[in-house]
Amino acid sequence: MALNRRVFMGTAGAAMLAAPMLRAAGHGKPKVLVIGGGAGGATCARYLAKDSDGALDVTLVEPTRTYYTCFFSNLYLGGFREYESLGHSYGKLASEYGINVIHDWATGVDRDAKTVTLAGGSTLSYDVLVLSPGIDFVEGSVPGWDITAQNAMPHAYKGGSQTQLLKAQIEAMPEGGVFAMVAPPNPYRCPPGPYERISMVAHHLKTNNPTAKILVVDPKEKFSKQGLFEEGWQAHYAGMVTRIGPDFGGDNVEVRPDAMEVVIDGEVNKVDVCNVIPAQKAGLICAAAGLTDGNWAPVAPDTMQSRMDENVYILGDASAQGDMPKSGFSANSQAKVAANAIRGALTGSRVFPARYSNTCWSLIAPEDGVKVGASYEPTPEKIASVSSFISQTGEDAALRKTTYEESLGWYAGITADMFG
Amino acid sequence: MRPAVLLAALLAVSLGLIGPGRAAAEAVAFGDAEAGAEVFLWCSGCHEIGPDAQDSVGPHLNGLFGRRAGAHEGYDYSESLARMGADGLVWDLETLDAYIEVPQSLVSGTRMSFPGIEDQQERNDLLAFLRRYSDSPANIPEAPPTALHVEVALPEEVLALVGDPEYGEYLASECLTCHQKDGSAQGIPSITKWPERNFVVAMHAYRQQLRPHPVMQMVAARLSDEEIAALAAYFKTLD
Repeated sequence: MALNRRVFMGTAGAAMLAAPMLRAAGHGKPKVLVIGGGAGGATCARYLAKDSDGALDVTLVEPTRTYYTCFFSNLYLGGFREYESLGHSYGKLASEYGINVIHDWATGVDRDAKTVTLAGGSTLSYDVLVLSPGIDFVEGSVPGWDITAQNAMPHAYKGGSQTQLLKAQIEAMPEGGVFAMVAPPNPYRCPPGPYERISMVAHHLKTNNPTAKILVVDPKEKFSKQGLFEEGWQAHYAGMVTRIGPDFGGDNVEVRPDAMEVVIDGEVNKVDVCNVIPAQKAGLICAAAGLTDGNWAPVAPDTMQSRMDENVYILGDASAQGDMPKSGFSANSQAKVAANAIRGALTGSRVFPARYSNTCWSLIAPEDGVKVGASYEPTPEKIASVSSFISQTGEDAALRKTTYEESLGWYAGITADMFG
Repeated sequence: MRPAVLLAALLAVSLGLIGPGRAAAEAVAFGDAEAGAEVFLWCSGCHEIGPDAQDSVGPHLNGLFGRRAGAHEGYDYSESLARMGADGLVWDLETLDAYIEVPQSLVSGTRMSFPGIEDQQERNDLLAFLRRYSDSPANIPEAPPTALHVEVALPEEVLALVGDPEYGEYLASECLTCHQKDGSAQGIPSITKWPERNFVVAMHAYRQQLRPHPVMQMVAARLSDEEIAALAAYFKTLD
């Protein structure tokens, strides 16, 4: 690895000497520091390094050495994917793209000094900072639950060990037991995610524990792809799933992790597994940097630059940008617009107009896939949806199978686009 | 229904069961080339065959039997297929049958975006049809090439647009969330190294909603003629 990196830097240095210099000698290369190695950060770092031909010094800070995607983790819960297939290493970003990958936590940002401090004690300087930290949870949003309760009642809403824990708990459910989910209020990561998860848990239970029940406690009136999911639950898992919306107290819930109880509008329910997906906010570093307004970090729709600091770009779930859902696809799309803008600002390369897109696939049952998507363009106020589509109820099995296969292709595509 | 056509010694040769000097009279049950012509309609979007057949999205298929995989000059194959050819894969009845059944299982990184043909009889028929366009015993017949079907009639000035590959590279970043740059195709087809004309025609077909896929219709809807040309120029040159 060290050898590869030296070779890369040497080559890049030679290219720099030959190319016309855009910056005065002595300043060194412009530094871009990317915090967070998910769909936003990894993609942005990769495109910056790939397209700048060594003209930028790109550093990526990400705490995990192997990144387990949150997207597709529901398929693991349903038994359609191996856990290992969700894991991705940063090796290529370092060896093939020359990105300095640092496995550490970013704990603070000094925007005047343009530095970031890491939990390990280092301080890194930047010319441009990219924050792509994903989500954190809003404290107290589900009474009775906090991070100390996440073993008894997992959120499994960040990829990794929590996903494995939830699967183990589902597999250990007693015959005829109850799986409960406390669904999150808007806005949150991956709008169809909780409902795809219900589908995958239902598939597992139908196969392994057919008398078990699923209880969804939901503060929202409506949810993403609702018609498609409800049609699928009726067709594949009739009688298994009960959803309690706000009309029946779904917005008034408390959990008791020690007793494994869910209290809905005062009524106590004993459950065997409880998946609590709390309300969400931008990853903590955004607030630490003073870049949030409420729970999220507002950005300029044409570049993803923070509304509060033009030297900082904020990608993905953490950003408040307008109409795009918080999804890996969106973060990946935003990362490319930001990388193009950052390169333009730092190296004078061509800047092209921003355009964004998103598609979210969900699996309801084996080979029964659905999708929703939209394309977006920046307006002065926000990133605005310009057109959209959604799978239809009553589609034939062949189309649903093709849609599922497409989602497998997308997973291979986006992870290659993120990690090289 | 379909009477099996007997073709000389093909299977036996392909399996290496008999050596040089084999008798041409040895016959093996094979497929019906006429029925295979119908099956070939699935292939004809990307492959031409017959007199004047040219390389298109895929290579032309004249003289396929006995050809080393990934070695037809002038066509830019996926790395995987080229490697398989270098490793010794030769197209014969057996290898083609396996490839057509599930392309990715024989050549995992192929850019041929085709799920495969499950039905053995259909594969036999297709192989009998393809066999006609290889050397003896069947010479290339006097028939029109099969893939000159025009999907969308585009004005010459649209087809003549010269794309800006740098802009194309930026626009392509939207495509690459799903379509893999190296041409791997699992569930989502490869669009790498397509001839520009095919790429342009396909995107216009989506933009005009002649092709049905909702994601592609949406993507194409906001692309100008120049942007489609830019994308075509970029994907043509990909390594």
